Amino acid sequence: MILNIENLHASVQGEPILKGLNLKIQPGEVHCIMGPNGSGKSTLAQVLAGRDAYEITQGSMTFKSKDLAEMEPHERACEGFFLAFQYPHEIPGVSGLQFLRAAVNAVRAFRGQEELDAMDLMSLFKEKAREVNISFDDLKRAVNEGFSGGEKKRNEMLQMAVLEPQLIVLDEVDSGLDIDALKVVSDAVNRMRTPERSFLVITHYQRLLNYIVPDFVHVLVDGRIAKSGGKDLALELEDRGYAWVEEHAGAGAE
Amino acid sequence: MSPSQEIERLAKREYDYGFVTDIESETLPPGLDESVIAHISAVKKEPQWLLDWRLKAFRHWQTMEEPHWPHFEYNPIDYQAVSYYSAPKQNSDGPKSLDEVDPKLLETYEKLGIPIHERERLAGVAVDAVFDSVSVATTFKGKLAEKGVIFCPISEAVQEHPELVRQYLGSVVPQSDNYFSALNSAVFTDGSFVYIPKGVRCPMELSTYFRINAAATGQFERTLIIADEGSYVSYLEGCTAPMRDENQLHAAVVELVAHKDASIKYSTVQNWYPGDENGKGGIYNFVTKRGKCAGDRSHISWTQVETGSAITWKYPSCILQGDESVGEFYSVALTNHCQRADTGSKMIHLGKNTKSTIVSKGISAGRGQQSYRGLVKMMKGAKDARNYTQCDSLLIGDRCGAHTFPYIDVRNSTAQVEHEASTSKIAEDQLFYVQQRGLDAENAVSLIVNGFCKEVFKELPMEFAVEATKLLAVSLEGSVG
Ligand SMILES: Nc1ncnc2c1ncn2[C@@H]1O[C@H](COP(=O)(O)OP(=O)(O)OP(=O)(O)O)[C@@H](O)[C@H]1O
Ligand SMILES: [Mg+2]
Repeated sequence: MILNIENLHASVQGEPILKGLNLKIQPGEVHCIMGPNGSGKSTLAQVLAGRDAYEITQGSMTFKSKDLAEMEPHERACEGFFLAFQYPHEIPGVSGLQFLRAAVNAVRAFRGQEELDAMDLMSLFKEKAREVNISFDDLKRAVNEGFSGGEKKRNEMLQMAVLEPQLIVLDEVDSGLDIDALKVVSDAVNRMRTPERSFLVITHYQRLLNYIVPDFVHVLVDGRIAKSGGKDLALELEDRGYAWVEEHAGAGAE
Repeated sequence: MSPSQEIERLAKREYDYGFVTDIESETLPPGLDESVIAHISAVKKEPQWLLDWRLKAFRHWQTMEEPHWPHFEYNPIDYQAVSYYSAPKQNSDGPKSLDEVDPKLLETYEKLGIPIHERERLAGVAVDAVFDSVSVATTFKGKLAEKGVIFCPISEAVQEHPELVRQYLGSVVPQSDNYFSALNSAVFTDGSFVYIPKGVRCPMELSTYFRINAAATGQFERTLIIADEGSYVSYLEGCTAPMRDENQLHAAVVELVAHKDASIKYSTVQNWYPGDENGKGGIYNFVTKRGKCAGDRSHISWTQVETGSAITWKYPSCILQGDESVGEFYSVALTNHCQRADTGSKMIHLGKNTKSTIVSKGISAGRGQQSYRGLVKMMKGAKDARNYTQCDSLLIGDRCGAHTFPYIDVRNSTAQVEHEASTSKIAEDQLFYVQQRGLDAENAVSLIVNGFCKEVFKELPMEFAVEATKLLAVSLEGSVG
């Protein structure tokens, strides 16, 4: 199993947000989480990534059988956990190239691998940038500074492609994307689908799932998974809205 | 461990250069009066005019008051408790070549990572190494001499090139300029002297490394750089000192003169002992640095990376006298733990079409406090002069502070002055973003800080940019509180 979350409770500033969440992800699977605003989707992503501000009050989460709660954020990253942020941050004065190099070398150092040769890295970055439609000149700009919303999302995809993680959480990677960018981003994800790699896709829009076809869809309501199903669940949700799930909450939950 | 704890841990890391060299020194007993000055002058076999010059400065100094306008407080300095001269014992006339230098001294510089073995140098960097009050070695003098470049300890220049020293000493920073320049003029011991002849592009970087070793000793170096018409020189200074519980005084004066079409690039990596995390010990760094763009189209550029010292009081300045002359100041200053820095620049525009740029990057961490203090003055004759000032502060944690005191004085209506300032924090979510890509807290902070300093680092000579980056990483301790 790649990810195993059992009865996870987490709160921020004393306020419980996740209230007994269960989720299992096997290698190669694509899971999708949908749910109303404020239901805790981003919180789940941040808790998995190790954000300090969230306190885990109950339950457990393991990544490749390792207890995530015991790991520093960078250790989780180095072990192959990647979060594509809903709002990627700017790093003024640090170029995209510099950032990618720092990240790749940090991950390699963690794994006891040698630093990659600067020239090899450069050609790797160039190739991956082309795949997500980012020009080489844009890689010389400061990370996310002055980039449009859609460009920032493509930057996230580039980092993902370069770091080759094993579990990828995409937090609203489709928000603010035009049709073409949506295609670029989903292609980037689909290119990375392998029997070993898993995804957790957080979104509000069924449309994304036409491009990234999930194996499972879960509906998160009030910090708990209220309903799970196959990819058709998303279509049903679009028809009926979240109220329908909330009414039946409990019935569809595992 | 949370990022803050991690950084707290780093904060406990020791100052790498805090060792003491066990060497026999001749040190004057503490105290300052005319006989001490006469002694320094005699040891250095100085001509009468220079002794008179020193005494004049001393008499003036006695009438002055220590300035207390900087934005920090410190324990009063007892000027009678400081020793004004300390030199490692050596054969009467000092070493003629590196082979004669005490191996312990060579070892010291080796430990500091400073190349004073010429044969070990890859890049062409000539070094003058000043240990306490004397210069112990200057490299590549021969090679430089071929081009007519003079690079030697100032005490030697007094002997060998008295006319140059006499002409320029005090010509940019008058003795009475301020309390510390007066003190320095009275008791200065060693420092570097550089003269680049007309039309010569100095074939290598020149650098001086200052090392304070002896306890209870002040360091008062004096540096004088003259770039004659159409010449170019790039000069770098570095500084370190042992860890000691008591504060030590460093009061230097640096004067630069750029003649017509000449260009001087002066870079500093200052890493004097900053004191411990509770503010015990550390160097009091009171420095007067000023350059005169004397000729038309001359150019002076100051770049500084200041990570050390308990207190820094320093405003590298340019007097833009020649028409179309250019003055620049690029600064990164870091205050961590209990460090205090009051630093900035002064640009005095006299000539037409003169241009100045000030880029100041202040980083405060721990309980560090930092002030940018700058003066841009456009005098009557400064027709169409321009200044651009950018002053950014980065706060790491919430126990530190940053302050900005820009003074602008415009007396010519065609002159333009532009000032931009910003204060930012390393946000926890920004740090988290970087960590999520695999960097640990230490590396994440240093990546972000490096980005913040980029505009300044790119001004440093290549060889030193890497060093400065590393130094910053090491000094960034106690960040994100
Ligand atoms: N750092 C925080 N401080 C205070 N409240 C927080 C914090 N983070 C999350 N919350 C609260 O937790 C709840 C869940 O937020 P979260 O961002 O996880 O929702 P979401 O499901 O991702 O919503 P959206 O669909 O709008 O992105 C919200 O009520 C939010 O206000
Ligand atoms: Mg969200």
